[in-house]
Amino acid sequence: MANALSQQTQIGDALSQKNRMRLGRLFIYGPLAVMAVLYLMPLWVMVVTSLKPLDEIYGGSFIGPPQTVTLDAWRAAWSEACIGTECTGLKPYFVNSLLMVIPAVVLSTGIGAINGYILTKWRFPGANFVFGLLLFGCFLPYQAILIPMARTLGLLGLAGSIPGLVFVHVAYGICFTTLFFRNFFVSLPDELTKAAMVDGAGFFRIFWSVILPTSIPIIVVSCIWQFTQIWNDFLFGVSFTSGGNSPITVALNNIVNVTTGRKQYNVDMAAAMIAAIPTLLVYIIAGRYFVRGLTAGAVKG
Amino acid sequence: MNAAKSFSSRLAGWLPRIVVAPSLLVVIVTVYLFILWTGVISFTSSKFVPVYDFVGLEQFVRLWATPRWHTAVANLFIFSALFLLLSTGIGLLMAILLDQNIRSEGFLRAVYLYPMALSFIVTGTAWKWIMNPGLGIQKVVNDLGWTGFTFDWITDPNMAIYTVVIAGVWQSSGFAMAIFLAGLRGIDNSVIKAAQIEGASLPLIYRQIIIPMLRPAMLSVIVLLSYIAIKSFDLVLALTNGGPGSATELPSTFMFSATFRRNQMGVGAASAIMMLMTVAAIIIPYLYSELRERNNG
Repeated sequence: MANALSQQTQIGDALSQKNRMRLGRLFIYGPLAVMAVLYLMPLWVMVVTSLKPLDEIYGGSFIGPPQTVTLDAWRAAWSEACIGTECTGLKPYFVNSLLMVIPAVVLSTGIGAINGYILTKWRFPGANFVFGLLLFGCFLPYQAILIPMARTLGLLGLAGSIPGLVFVHVAYGICFTTLFFRNFFVSLPDELTKAAMVDGAGFFRIFWSVILPTSIPIIVVSCIWQFTQIWNDFLFGVSFTSGGNSPITVALNNIVNVTTGRKQYNVDMAAAMIAAIPTLLVYIIAGRYFVRGLTAGAVKG
Repeated sequence: MNAAKSFSSRLAGWLPRIVVAPSLLVVIVTVYLFILWTGVISFTSSKFVPVYDFVGLEQFVRLWATPRWHTAVANLFIFSALFLLLSTGIGLLMAILLDQNIRSEGFLRAVYLYPMALSFIVTGTAWKWIMNPGLGIQKVVNDLGWTGFTFDWITDPNMAIYTVVIAGVWQSSGFAMAIFLAGLRGIDNSVIKAAQIEGASLPLIYRQIIIPMLRPAMLSVIVLLSYIAIKSFDLVLALTNGGPGSATELPSTFMFSATFRRNQMGVGAASAIMMLMTVAAIIIPYLYSELRERNNG
């Protein structure tokens, strides 16, 4: 292929402008296609491995399509695989993650929305300083708060529980959601709220009937970001929960790091897929809005 | 009547502050007070549970006398530098290519971006399997006939950290691409048209005009990727579990094992404070400039 390309370059001068354009397109599409293959490879490997019986994995190539398709590994990962001493599969941990992610996303997005509204439309002296304080929370390396948080959750009687994790995710999620909503509301014209105020609308009324209806795009961004962050979180899950209260990432890691016996790669891959499906679905369904909204906020700053 | 009115209007004036106060309180406690708390613990002899005796810089001295910590710090530099460089470079290149009126842009963008939706635990699991010398890439190439081919970085202490880089770049370069692409879309076309009329070539236009104009996007990418790099605890844990030996130890995994597995809470807290100071050194100037610009604008 490289040879063909250089030949084409040599006779390029003789080619018409149109052909040269076509050659240029090849240089654009070529790398893009190669990258697409590289990006899809791990997903392909995960899917085909999860569909193969174990003997085929140890005997054959990891990249080829399965000769015999079986859902056994998926069944095992969902309801039979052992996590620690319990052989319940991922099902209860999947439920844990759902019970954690839904309230945490709703609460952090709601609080972020109202904070963003206040920090842009009801600016008070020191509002910028308050924003700076919240913003640093976005970049906090969580190792710096693990020990005190573990102690505090213990004191509150929330240690090792789903509500405890919800609290942690909301506390650190507020920083991000406030940033998203503030950056979005900054570009909303103040005349909108001023006009509503002249009409006699108050703080909450303006938020509810003027601000919220305009902020659907950023609500979507905030929900997707929070959903992926919280669903994918491992550090808080592994630090603050144990046993049956763990989220799915912790359970997945337990399945994968089992060292006894013949390694069940097909079960590992099926388990990884199960843990990945909710966030993948969210990206597939709403990813377009996410990129649009996130970059609008992050790039414009 | 008058008093009541002034009370209610004063209340209305305070209402925003009252509503924002609980969030602020939670963040002050869970971010700033907790950092302070960790800082205090780093000056004590805490092991399994926190004790509050003051031992000065003992834990920091012990931390810096630990070879494992030196490995972790060195790895963080290798990993962050390569991860930032490659993710930014690949992201920028793909964004530029994707910006040339590509027919299946939507599909390609989704392909490049989907790894971002995955947990590092999932990514680590997948790559651990792909890079397994007995079953993954090495075996495929060997089976194709090239029997001398080896790709056993994941079990080689000198190379294992680069497997973390590969998985990290795979996961995050699409995200960099998305931000650059949005930056490119925000650039006014008339500038480019004018340069073209002047006779500038496309590579020159990119180098001299477009890439400099991507500065805000570049800054966002670097800040967000640095944040991911310093956080990349789960990736290492799932991919190599810090091994072989301590070859892929990072400050984040070091802190975790010191605190929760080796009962050296004081050393763990000291390492966390070192991490925090590194992040603060990057982030605080950035936040400062961002907020100042906003005030002026």
